[in-house]
Amino acid sequence: MARRSFLRYAGASAAAVAVMGAAASCSKNDRVIVTPGGGADIGSGDPGILNYAYALEQLEAAFYLQVIATPYSGISTIETSYLTDIRDHEVVHRDFFKAALGSKAITALTPDFSKIDFSSRDKVLAAAKAFEDLGVQAYDGAGYLIKDAGYLTIAGKIVSVEARHAALISNLISPGTFVPADQVNSDGLNKSASIAEVLAQANTYLKTKVSAVNYNYKP
Amino acid sequence: MNLFNIISEIEKVDPEIHERLNPRRAAIKNITSFGSKVAVAAMPFALGTLFKKAYGQATSTVVDVLNFALTLEHLEAGFYNKGATTSGLIPSADSAYIGFVTRDENAHVKFLQGAITASGGTPVGPATFDFTGGNNKGNGPFPTVFSSYATFLAVAQVFEDTGVRAYKGQAPNLIGNQDILTAALSIHAVEARHASAIRKLRHDLGHDANIKPYIVSTATLGNDTGVVAANNNYKGEENVTQGGVNLVSALKVSVGVATASFDEPLSKEDVTALLVGSFIVSN
Repeated sequence: MARRSFLRYAGASAAAVAVMGAAASCSKNDRVIVTPGGGADIGSGDPGILNYAYALEQLEAAFYLQVIATPYSGISTIETSYLTDIRDHEVVHRDFFKAALGSKAITALTPDFSKIDFSSRDKVLAAAKAFEDLGVQAYDGAGYLIKDAGYLTIAGKIVSVEARHAALISNLISPGTFVPADQVNSDGLNKSASIAEVLAQANTYLKTKVSAVNYNYKP
Repeated sequence: MNLFNIISEIEKVDPEIHERLNPRRAAIKNITSFGSKVAVAAMPFALGTLFKKAYGQATSTVVDVLNFALTLEHLEAGFYNKGATTSGLIPSADSAYIGFVTRDENAHVKFLQGAITASGGTPVGPATFDFTGGNNKGNGPFPTVFSSYATFLAVAQVFEDTGVRAYKGQAPNLIGNQDILTAALSIHAVEARHASAIRKLRHDLGHDANIKPYIVSTATLGNDTGVVAANNNYKGEENVTQGGVNLVSALKVSVGVATASFDEPLSKEDVTALLVGSFIVSN
C-alpha cells in the first residue's frame, strides 16, 4: 500500500472516530437544560468550565466573607490578616469570572453554611481546608476540558493561588501539613477530581444547586 | 521500531490509551492488518499521526515538555538533597517540614522519568548545578546557600515560585491531554503548596517580616521576596490585567490584592535564561 493511501485511510479512520465520539456524546448529553427550583447549570464548552469555576469561587468568596464578618473566638492578628487576604482573593476570582463571562454567567448562588459553626476555629479552618482542597482538585481535574489556551492559562494562574491557600490553611490547622496525605499522593501529585465529584461536594453548601448535565452530573 | 511495545509502555501510565486511539480499539486492529503491508519507513509517520489524533499534540512536544519539567525537578531535588545532607544547615525543628518538600521533589523526578520513558522518550539526566548561582564558580549571588539557613530558604523560595511559573507556562503545550496535562497541573499545585510553605516558614522565622504565602507585587515590582538578585524570576507578576479585565480599575481592588490573586506564567525560554549559566552550569 502506498504511503498516501495509508494516510488517507488513517485520516478517514480518525475522522470517523471523531464523528462517532460526537454522536455518542450527543445521544448521551444533548438534553434540554432544566434547572428546577432555581438551580443553575454550568452549560458546555469553555464557558461551561468557566462557569464551573465561577460557581466554586462564589462559594469560597461567600464562605470567607462570613468568616471575616463573624470571626471565630480567639482569632489571632495574623490569622485575621491571612483570612482577610484569602477573602479578598476569592472575591476577585468571583468578580473576575462574572466580568469575563458577561451574559453567559450563571446566576448568583445562595450558599447554605448552616452546617458550619463559624464561632469555632477548628470548624472554620476545617471547612476552609475542604473548600481550598476542593478548589485545587476541581481546577486540576477540569484543565484538560478547556480548549482555549488563554482560558487554560487563566485557570492555571488561579489554581496555584488556591494551592497556596490550601497549604496555608493546612499549616494553620497543624504546622507542617502543607502537603497532607489526603491531597498529595506518593508520586508527589496533588489529587484531582471530576466535575461530578466536585459539584456533589459543593452542593452540600449551596441552596442554589449547581448541575452539569453535559458532564453527566445532576444534583 | 515496535509500535506495540510503545503502546504497551504508554498503557502503563495511560490505561486508556487504546480507547484514546479508538473507542472500539479498531484502529489498533486496523494498524495490525495494514501494518504488515505498510513500508517500514512509513511507520514513524503513521505512529505520529496516531498519537497526534489521540492526544492533540505530537509526542515530541509532550516529551520536550516533560524533559523540561524533569530538568527543573532535578535542580530542586538536587538542591534539597544537598541541603538535607549538609550538617548543621537545617535546624532539627524544621527537618521534617523541609523533608516533605525534599520527598516530593524526588518523587517528581521519578514520576517524570517514568512518564518520559513510557512516552517513548529518553529522560534527561541532572545537569551540573551551582546553587550559589555562579555557573560553577561557586561565587554567585548566594555564596552562603549551604552555610546560612536564611539564604537556603531564600533560594528555595525563588526555586519554588519559579517552578510554579514554569509549569504554568507549559500548560498550553499539553492542551486537551487528559493524562499528561492533569499530571502536570497536579505537580504544579504541589509546587505552589511548597512555595506557600517556604514563604510561611521565612515569615515565621523572622527572615522576612512582610512576606506572605502568595506573591504580593507592587505596580512596578513583581518580586516581593526581598531577594533582589531574583527580581527577574518575578518579572511580570505585577500584571493586573486578566483576560482583558483590569482588576484594579474594573473591580476596584488594590494592586497587592490583584497580583496576589493570580500567579503569572513564564515561558521555557525565560526560565532557561533565568537558570542556565547561573544555577544550571553551562559550558
